[in-house]
Amino acid sequence: MSEQVPILQVKGLTKKYGEKIVLNGIDLQVEKGKVIAILGPSGCGKSTFLRCLNGLEEVQGGDILLDNESLINKSTKWREVRQRIGMVFQSYDLFPNLTVMENILLSPLKVQKRNHSEVEAQALELLERVGLADRANDYPRQLSGGQKQRIAIVRALCINPEIMLFDEVTASLDPEMVREVLDVIAQLADQGMTMLIVTHEMNFAKLVADEVIFMDKGNIHEQAPAEQFFTNPQTERAQQFLNILQF
Amino acid sequence: MLNSGISVLFEGVNMQRLLLGLLVTLRVALIAVVISIVMGILIGIIRTSKNKLVQIPFRLYLELFRIIPILVWLFVIYYVIPANFDLNLSAEVVALIVFSLWGTAEMSDIVRGSIISLPKHQAESSKALGLSVAQMYRYVLIPQATKRSIPPMINLITRMIKTTALLTMIGVVEVIKVGQQIIEVNNLDHPTISFWIYGFVFLLYFVICFPLSRFSRRLERKWAT
Repeated sequence: MSEQVPILQVKGLTKKYGEKIVLNGIDLQVEKGKVIAILGPSGCGKSTFLRCLNGLEEVQGGDILLDNESLINKSTKWREVRQRIGMVFQSYDLFPNLTVMENILLSPLKVQKRNHSEVEAQALELLERVGLADRANDYPRQLSGGQKQRIAIVRALCINPEIMLFDEVTASLDPEMVREVLDVIAQLADQGMTMLIVTHEMNFAKLVADEVIFMDKGNIHEQAPAEQFFTNPQTERAQQFLNILQF
Repeated sequence: MLNSGISVLFEGVNMQRLLLGLLVTLRVALIAVVISIVMGILIGIIRTSKNKLVQIPFRLYLELFRIIPILVWLFVIYYVIPANFDLNLSAEVVALIVFSLWGTAEMSDIVRGSIISLPKHQAESSKALGLSVAQMYRYVLIPQATKRSIPPMINLITRMIKTTALLTMIGVVEVIKVGQQIIEVNNLDHPTISFWIYGFVFLLYFVICFPLSRFSRRLERKWAT
């Protein structure tokens, strides 16, 4: 047991669409600085799980605690929570009406009311880090999928979140561009960012994740250190899943 | 023989009268268009609500103007209301009321359509960035929806200008009515007069609507991506 209180705790999280149970009592503890990969077949509830964590989905039961404070009550200000838990989606979700820089600055300036030159300096530094400083004044339509996704990551980072959620961020990318996006996420892992990553890239998960969660049909079937999960999965369902993915 | 009628166009104040008639046409159309745009944006945004109690009344309102011909609306307001409610409305005011109601209904549908046609993840990523609903509309959804609504809005504006032709039926003295008056006076002396007058009216409508329709097509092509 770690002495530190986990930054994020999920207890018996339950999500239903009508009668259909999508998340069936999920329990999870995330310690600061840990990278957790969430794996599982399509429709197992892994994306829904991430979306519950920053209030994009209503939950029907259980609790989420951020720094020991419950988020599942009426007084939760999700707008503030979302500044602490950043999220990047599968679809290229940059705003097409704004330039790269405007996309990045929108939330820091309008939501967080931060100083323009300070945020811009941070944005440029982040852009530099993902190799796109020269595209600050371009519009999203002028960028490739991989570039857009790297910008989306920068945009989320510029709010200075404590946790980042990645929802299959490489799933709709051209294979050639997957690498450049994963490199950015791996960099973040090295810097100690707390992350929950839903992905289908097994090698990537093996490389960056401290821990792997294997989900199926709304349940966590297996939770193990990454190394152990990939070399010696304990549950039959996880073994099957890994076998299917190996040629 | 055929060109004997053309001279009437330039006789006395005929040309001036036709242009003043056109001014009435444009005045009704433009005031109604401005009201329609403002109200249409407002109601269009309200109509993106998922609440059935909000949706149904506005939907009914829109359908009433789609199903019932504008001419019938004009007659209903012009003849029925003054007779039963002791309200005297001039033909032009009736025209403004009907055209504004109609335009607002159609505009709201254009605005609503262009907002809900935006990809869902635009709203979601706005939320994930902590934007409030008002900020999401102001910085993300409305700028994108505007781009999508301008071409159909211009098409609606040309339709509204053209439909003012119906106003002759309730006695608004707009360009067609003026034309008819000139024809009636000169018909005996110049049997070809209607060709020239209506030809000129045709030209006036064309000069106004054609550039608008070209403009909207250009925007559509420019914004196609």
